[in-house]
Amino acid sequence: MMEFSRWKIWMVIIATVFGIFYSLPNFLPQDMRETMARYYLPSQVLNLGLDLQGGSYLLLEVDTDALAREKTANLTEDVRSTLRQKSINFSGLAATSEAVNVRITDAAQFETALTELQRLPQPLPKNPSIRDINVVRGDNQTISLKFTPDGRRADAASAVDTSIEIVRRRVDSLGTKEPTILRQGANRIVVQAPGESDPEQLKRVIGQTAKLTFQMVDETISPADAQAGRVPPGSELLISENPGEPYLVVKKRVLVSGDNLTSASVGTDQYNRPAIDFRFDGQGARKFGDATAQNIGKRFAIILDGKIVSAPTIQSAITGGSGQITGTFSTQEASELVNVLKGGALPAPLKVEEQKTVGAELGADSVAKGQFSTLIAFISVVIFMILAYGFLFGGISVAALLVNLTLLVAGMSVTQATLTLPGIAGLILTLAMAVDANVLIYERMRDEAAAGRSVIGALDAGFSRAIETILDANITTLGAALIMFAFGAGPVRGFAWTLSLGVITSVFSAVFVTQILLVWWYRSARPKKLPI
Amino acid sequence: MAWPLIKLLPAKTNFRFVAFSKIAAIISVVAVIGSMALTLIPFEGPCGGLNCGVDFKGGTVLEMNLGGKSVDLAKLRGALTGDEGLHDVQVQGVGENNTAAMIRFETPEGGNPAQKVEEIKTHLSGQFEGAQYTRTEVVGPKVSGELLTGGVVALFMAIGLMMVYIWFRFEWQFGLGAAIGLLHDVILTFGLFALFDLEFTLTAVAAILTIIGYSMNDTVVVFDRLRENLRKYKKLPLGDVIDLSINETLSRTIITGVTAIMALLGLAILGGEALFSFSVALMFGIIIGTYSSIYVAAPVILIWGVNRNDADAEIVDMGGFKGKR
Repeated sequence: MMEFSRWKIWMVIIATVFGIFYSLPNFLPQDMRETMARYYLPSQVLNLGLDLQGGSYLLLEVDTDALAREKTANLTEDVRSTLRQKSINFSGLAATSEAVNVRITDAAQFETALTELQRLPQPLPKNPSIRDINVVRGDNQTISLKFTPDGRRADAASAVDTSIEIVRRRVDSLGTKEPTILRQGANRIVVQAPGESDPEQLKRVIGQTAKLTFQMVDETISPADAQAGRVPPGSELLISENPGEPYLVVKKRVLVSGDNLTSASVGTDQYNRPAIDFRFDGQGARKFGDATAQNIGKRFAIILDGKIVSAPTIQSAITGGSGQITGTFSTQEASELVNVLKGGALPAPLKVEEQKTVGAELGADSVAKGQFSTLIAFISVVIFMILAYGFLFGGISVAALLVNLTLLVAGMSVTQATLTLPGIAGLILTLAMAVDANVLIYERMRDEAAAGRSVIGALDAGFSRAIETILDANITTLGAALIMFAFGAGPVRGFAWTLSLGVITSVFSAVFVTQILLVWWYRSARPKKLPI
Repeated sequence: MAWPLIKLLPAKTNFRFVAFSKIAAIISVVAVIGSMALTLIPFEGPCGGLNCGVDFKGGTVLEMNLGGKSVDLAKLRGALTGDEGLHDVQVQGVGENNTAAMIRFETPEGGNPAQKVEEIKTHLSGQFEGAQYTRTEVVGPKVSGELLTGGVVALFMAIGLMMVYIWFRFEWQFGLGAAIGLLHDVILTFGLFALFDLEFTLTAVAAILTIIGYSMNDTVVVFDRLRENLRKYKKLPLGDVIDLSINETLSRTIITGVTAIMALLGLAILGGEALFSFSVALMFGIIIGTYSSIYVAAPVILIWGVNRNDADAEIVDMGGFKGKR
C-alpha cells in the first residue's frame, strides 16, 4: 500500500478533474450552459425523470388483432372482386379468424378460380420464399385462403415499425420538447414527453388512426333499411358526422385512400368555416379523376377512422388531384387533423395501456424536497464521520465522499441516466454505502493496531485486507442493481442505474482516494500511533 | 470525553451471539410465519394482504386541485358514484384543508381505458370550476399483471444470483446461509408493508431489492471475517469462531448501520409523502438485514458445519503483507 505508482495518483487527479468538469453544468444557470455548449464544453445536466420534472408517459399497444381483422376483410373483398371480374359464380364467401373460404358453384370453373386466386398471395418482404397466404383446395369445390403464421408476424412487426415512425412524426408536429419514443417488447410503444406539454393533446393526436378513405355511397338502399339489417354484400353502414343524416350506406371498395395524399393544409370553405385542403399524388389523382368521371351526379363519402366526415355529390370529374374536405371542424381540430394526415395513417389502432401524467408543479416540489433531503443526509453523514473518526480520518472519508459525489453526478449527467424520485433515495443510500468502505478500512486498521502491529503495519494490513471485503460486498450489491435494471420497469430502472454508478464510484473513491490521502498523511507526519 | 468518538467503541467485544441463536431462531420463525400470513391472507387477487398500488393491481389515480381552494370531498364522491361504469371508487383528501384530492378507481374495462378517464375528467371539470389534474396514472390490467410478474422474478433472480456468487467465493454452506437470510429479510419486509398497510408499488420492489443488496453486503462482511478466522484458528469450535467473527466486525456493523439510517431518516421526514414508505422500508430493511447476518445467515452455517480440512484452508494468510514495503 505504501508504495504506489505514479499512475494511481494521476488517475485519481484526472478522474476528479473530469468529475468536476462534467458535473459543473448542473450548478450553472441555463444561459451559461448554452454558452458552454457553443464552445463544445460539457453542458449536459442530470436528466430528471417524469416524476421530477413533470410530463407525460404513455404506453401504447398496437392493436394487432384489429390489423388481422382488417386484413381478413380486405382479402374477402379481393376474393369477391377477383371472382366477379372473371364471371365465376360462387357462394358461401365467408371469413374466419384464420382464413377466407369460398365455394365455387360451377365445377367447370373451379380450376380457373383456383389459378386466379393463387395470384393474391404476396411474398414477405424480408423472406421472399414465404408467402403471406396459402391457397388450399378444400372438399366440395371449396377454396380456402389461409393466413400463414409467418405472414401474420411480418404484418405485426411492420405495423409496429410504421406506427413508431408515424407516432414520432405526429409528436414532432406538436413541437413537444425532447420527446422519447421507444419500442417496448413485441408490439408496444413508449412515449415520454417531459415538461409542460399538454397530455390530452398528445393522446388525442397519437390515438387517432387517421385512416382516410374515399368510397362511393351505396344509393340502392336507404339507411333506414340498412339499419334493419339488410346491408347488401360489399356495402356497409357507417356513422356520419352530419347531424342531418346520421347513417349512410357506403360501398366497401376504396376509391382512393390517405396513402395517396401528398399535402394537406387548413383552408376555409365557402361559408368561411375551417376546412382541409388536400392534394393527391399522380396515382391518386388519376384514380380519383377516373372515379369521379364515371360517377357524375352520384355521391361519394369521405371517411376518417370509420366515420363519414362528409358525403358530397360529384358535380364534375375532378382531375386536378386536389380537393377540400368540409365538415364541422373547429380551427384547432382542423389543424390537428392536418398534422395527423401529413404524418400518415397508423396501420392499426393504438390502445393506451398505461398513462402517467405528473404536473410540472408537483415535479418541482419533489425536486426541492429531494435536494433538501440529500443535503441533510450529506451533512449528517459528514458530521457523524468527523465525530466518529476525528478531523483527520473523518476528513479523509469526507474527501473521498466528495470525490464520489462529484463522479456520480458527472456520470449521471454524461450517460443521461434518468434520475427519478426513488433514484434520489438511491443516491442517499450510496452516501452511506460509500462511507461503509472507509469504515471497513478504518476498523480493520484498528484491529491490526490492537493486535500489536506498528502504524505502518496496521495501515498496510488493514487496507489490503479490507479491500477484499469491500470488493465482495460491492460486487453483490452491483449484482442486485443489474437485476433491477434488467427486470425492472420505469422508476426501478432509474434507481438501479443510480445505485450501480454509485457502487462503482464509491469503490473507486474509497479505494484510491482514501489510500492516497492516508499515505500522504503518513509520509508527512510519520506518526507513532494511530489516531483512531 | 474520548475524541474521536470511535474510541468509545471497545476494540474487542466478547458477546456470546451464538448462545442466543436458539431464541433468535424462534423469533425469526414466528416473524416469518406472521409476515407470510399477513402478506397472503386473504387469498384473493394478485396481492393478498398487501395494499397494492395501481402498478400491480391496475387502476386509475387522479390527483385534482382547485388552484388552492379546498375540495368538497362529499360532492366529489357524489359526482363519481353517479357516473356509471366506475367501480371501487376511493376519494381521499390531500394536504391541510383538502387543497387537493386523490381519486382512485378501477380502470374502466373496454377498448380504450384512457379515453374513459378523459371523459371522467371532463365530467368533473364541469362540476368543479377550475379543476386541475396534477397527476394522472392509468394502468391497464394487462400491464399490471406483467409488472407484478417482472417484480417477483427480479426478487428471486437477485436472491438466486447472490447465492451462486457466495457459493463460488466461499462455500456452499455460506451461499445457503446467505440465501436463507435474504429470504427472511424479504418476507419480513413484505410483512411490514402488509402490517402498516403501506402502498406496495414498483418503488417498493426497488426498496426490497436495495434491502437485499444491503443485507448481502452486511452478510459478506461477516462471512469474510469468518472465513479468515476459520483458517487462522483451526482448533477453535465453530460456534466460537462465529462469535469471534461477529464481534470483530461489530464496530463496522454499528457505524455503517447508524450512518445509513441517519441518511435515510432525513429522507423519511423531509422527502414528502412519495418517499415516506420507501425510506421507512429501507430503514426497517437495514435493521432486519443486520439482524439476519448475525442470527440467520451465520447459524445456518453452524447447523450444516463447514469442512475445515479443506485444502483451501491450508493456506494460512496472516493478512496484509501483499504490497511492497
